[in-house]
Amino acid sequence: MNIIVCLKQVPDTNEVRIDPVRGTLIRDGVPSIINPDDKNALEEALKIKEENEDIKVTVLSMGPPQADMALREALAMGADEAILLSDRAFSGSDTWATSKALATAIDHIGNYSIILCGRQAIDGDTAQVGPQIAEHLGIPQITYVEELEIIGDKVVAKRAIEDGYYVIEGKMPILLTAIKELNEPRYPSIRGVYKAHEGNRVKNWSAQDIKADLSNLGLKGSPTQVNKSFTPPGRSGEGEILSGSPKEKAGQLVLKLKGKYLI
Amino acid sequence: MEEKTKNLKAGAVNVDEYRGVWIFAEQRQGQLLNVALELLGEGRKIANTLGLPLTAILLGHEVDEIADKLIKYGVDKVYYGDHKLLDIYNTDGYTKAICDLINREKPEIMLIGATTIGRDLGPRISSRIHTGLTADCTKLDIDMDNRRLMQTRPAFGGNLMATIICPNHRPQMATVRPGVMEKSKYDKNRAGKIIKFTPELEEKDIRTKVLEIVKGTKAQVQLEDAKVIVSGGRGLGSPEGFKLIESLADKFNAVVGASRATVDAGWIEQGHQVGQTGKTVRPSLYIACGISGAIQHLAGMQESKVIVAINKDPDAPIFKIADYGIVGDLYEVIPEFMEALDGIDV
Amino acid sequence: MDFNLTKEQQMIRRIMRDFTEKEVKPIAADIDKTEEFPRKTVEKMSSHDMMGISIPIEYGGAGGDEVAYAIAVEEISRACGATGVILSAHTSLACWPIWKYGTEEQKQRYLVPLAKGTYLGAYGLTEPGAGTDAAGQQTTAVLNGDKYILNGTKIFITNGGQSDIYIIFAMTDRSKGTRGISAFIVEKDSPGFSIGKIEEKMGIRASSTAELIFQDCIVPRENLLGKEGEGFKIAMTTLDGGRIGIAAQALGIASGALDETIKYVKEREQFGRPLSKFQGLQWIIADMATEIEAARLLVYKAAYNKTNNLPYGKEAAMAKLFASQCAMDVTTKCLQLFGGYGYTKDYPMERMMRDAKITEIYEGTSQVQQMVISAAVLK
Repeated sequence: MNIIVCLKQVPDTNEVRIDPVRGTLIRDGVPSIINPDDKNALEEALKIKEENEDIKVTVLSMGPPQADMALREALAMGADEAILLSDRAFSGSDTWATSKALATAIDHIGNYSIILCGRQAIDGDTAQVGPQIAEHLGIPQITYVEELEIIGDKVVAKRAIEDGYYVIEGKMPILLTAIKELNEPRYPSIRGVYKAHEGNRVKNWSAQDIKADLSNLGLKGSPTQVNKSFTPPGRSGEGEILSGSPKEKAGQLVLKLKGKYLI
Repeated sequence: MEEKTKNLKAGAVNVDEYRGVWIFAEQRQGQLLNVALELLGEGRKIANTLGLPLTAILLGHEVDEIADKLIKYGVDKVYYGDHKLLDIYNTDGYTKAICDLINREKPEIMLIGATTIGRDLGPRISSRIHTGLTADCTKLDIDMDNRRLMQTRPAFGGNLMATIICPNHRPQMATVRPGVMEKSKYDKNRAGKIIKFTPELEEKDIRTKVLEIVKGTKAQVQLEDAKVIVSGGRGLGSPEGFKLIESLADKFNAVVGASRATVDAGWIEQGHQVGQTGKTVRPSLYIACGISGAIQHLAGMQESKVIVAINKDPDAPIFKIADYGIVGDLYEVIPEFMEALDGIDV
Repeated sequence: MDFNLTKEQQMIRRIMRDFTEKEVKPIAADIDKTEEFPRKTVEKMSSHDMMGISIPIEYGGAGGDEVAYAIAVEEISRACGATGVILSAHTSLACWPIWKYGTEEQKQRYLVPLAKGTYLGAYGLTEPGAGTDAAGQQTTAVLNGDKYILNGTKIFITNGGQSDIYIIFAMTDRSKGTRGISAFIVEKDSPGFSIGKIEEKMGIRASSTAELIFQDCIVPRENLLGKEGEGFKIAMTTLDGGRIGIAAQALGIASGALDETIKYVKEREQFGRPLSKFQGLQWIIADMATEIEAARLLVYKAAYNKTNNLPYGKEAAMAKLFASQCAMDVTTKCLQLFGGYGYTKDYPMERMMRDAKITEIYEGTSQVQQMVISAAVLK
């Protein structure tokens, strides 16, 4: 059985800073990481591989040449194969064009049973690429997966909703999106790091390699455009710092809130 | 006209053929979600700006009373698709029913609540229709000069806002973050049109099967609707700190909120999380205890009417946006605060 | 000439940093207080090949190089000096001498489980009367048939009481002086071997520092490491490598302290502006950053030499001398920048400063490093 895991290399948003004047990201010195939800997706694939026989886990990423690092990290975690979809033709893609490119690549790989994606990437937070890939491929999907069981050619998943979960059954081939509750991703092993760097473990594919229709790619293939970006306007409160002993401060606060008819 | 149709973009359409503002009225087990009312509120403003009717899409089985309710909440027209196979949400059935309707009626705008279900459905539809979709919007505007929906959303963990447009594809689709838009008002005298139909669906169209629905495994945390929220952060020091937060919340009949740090640390369930990756709230009173005020937290609560901050660190950024700040140990301040509250009639 | 880390080394740094942030940092203050040995952390490190990074794959290690190993110790020590020394003592002082001097049988029996982290290792040289003057060994080993009988006491043994395997030095022939010292692989359950006093320390409190007592302790003859009389050479060459580990630990403590401080001075405001805007403080930060970078270059250079079979004794001594002074200097200044908060246990500075001090003392005091360096320079 073949499992394909889609993963994205993202800047660690905890470290991201914004140029306050231009309203753009300062990417210099921000570490790149495997998107966290995607790591959960990979971990699940690796767990399935450990618990079943004859499973091949292929990791697929679309991104600049540097995304090679994310794929090697995935190999160090235990993935069998890695493919980097990298081409200038892909740059500027929105979620529609991204999902189209990934779906085309997945078709090109062929013969898959499960596609695992993270729910959403921390740079964009859209949660759209997974379901859009499923639609392009014409296969069913279960999103927000927090527990997964493989039974023959079926999957049974606990799919999180706001106040509980649905238990959903689906037949392979199927696309699943993982949330962090699904598992605890392993660290790559140090030995795995060295193995991941042996020879040419990451395949590089261009748009031409996957026979992609150029009109569906990049900026040109993207229905949406960023009109502008800016830093969120800050709120400024009255900023009154109450003073005195804890008791006095508490007393003042009660008076203030009373004054605002909040008590 | 000719300019607009002559387009290089794949899947581009003649945008002038598309008219009307649609919202997806999500219901679960016969209960209309609050976010649907928020979409009605926002949709109404957009429809008025464009001078178009507001239409709701309702899917389910035997949920006629919801269709009526939607009218009373201000929608002009309801497409109500009633089908046994739509009783419980499923990706395939809902996608097909809505896509068929979009292809036939050609709406200009389609809004969906960014719930866990809306975010399953929206991308599937946009992918099939070949149009753009903007995720988790917190602000919507119309640019009348170009007749475009300006869709604003946070990105990079709330560090950046981006306004997205979808110039050549229709409908312009957005999922809208729950709790952000103002709900429409109920008016029992409102009238509108309910168009009930039976979507063309067969068993084999539905490829995933819901075996069970389990609710209440996560405490129902109604943060979005709360008038008062008392939130705890890393400054609590330990999970036990939330007991103190709860007792303070009880005094106000408030809901307990939490920062991402405490949720990540496993001190409290995710449902309580306020912020960019949690819920967006706008209560009358927000009391932040031991929360430093990372941008990702502020993104979810700065619309609160009055913000009170209690924190040991005088330099915590939360004080910059607070109306009232108390610098001090929350374990000393909160008990005093509760005692002072007891002294008056709440 | 190439100052860049390899891709493997860069990835190992990221993994170690991630591991440290999630597994080491959250408990560092707590285990410092309770002196609890971080057994679970060691197990997690083992399952990711972190306990034998520089040991070849065929002997249970990760097949990595000494720079990668130094990076691992550095990264762990950024958050917890105690966990850093556990890794360092285990890898440099227990795994390495078996790999270098052990028989194939000894390697299979002891090195494989050590490098996999199934066993923890320690090194016993220091005695109450033989610290800096390591040649003054009082512990004796007498061959009796197919076993050696060990008698004596070792003190200040890192990982003592927690380890499964000990590399122990003892006199087999006092008349030959240092050439009469031999090395032995001693299992923790050997008859006549017991753990004495566990030290309560100023810093690296979660690491175990124990007294080892040998009373007619029986060690099989095949557990002699190297040849009889080779012990002192084994001890000294092992320490040469160990110093790279301790220098990396010191480097980690210093760089962890500086990073915490940089965060702090950017946030903390006095007189209406962040501390980082005061030029006097900027100068201190600049000096510290420079010192740390210099220490890093010395540490990596020594590790590089060791990997590439170049002489590294002097280089390791220089790295340790400089990095340990750097750790002490930087943590002291960082604590100063934290002011009163730095002196409290609410912030990690006081712990880092306590942890830093030992790096100037163990595996050869700074004065010993100066002896090693001057001997090499003045020869």
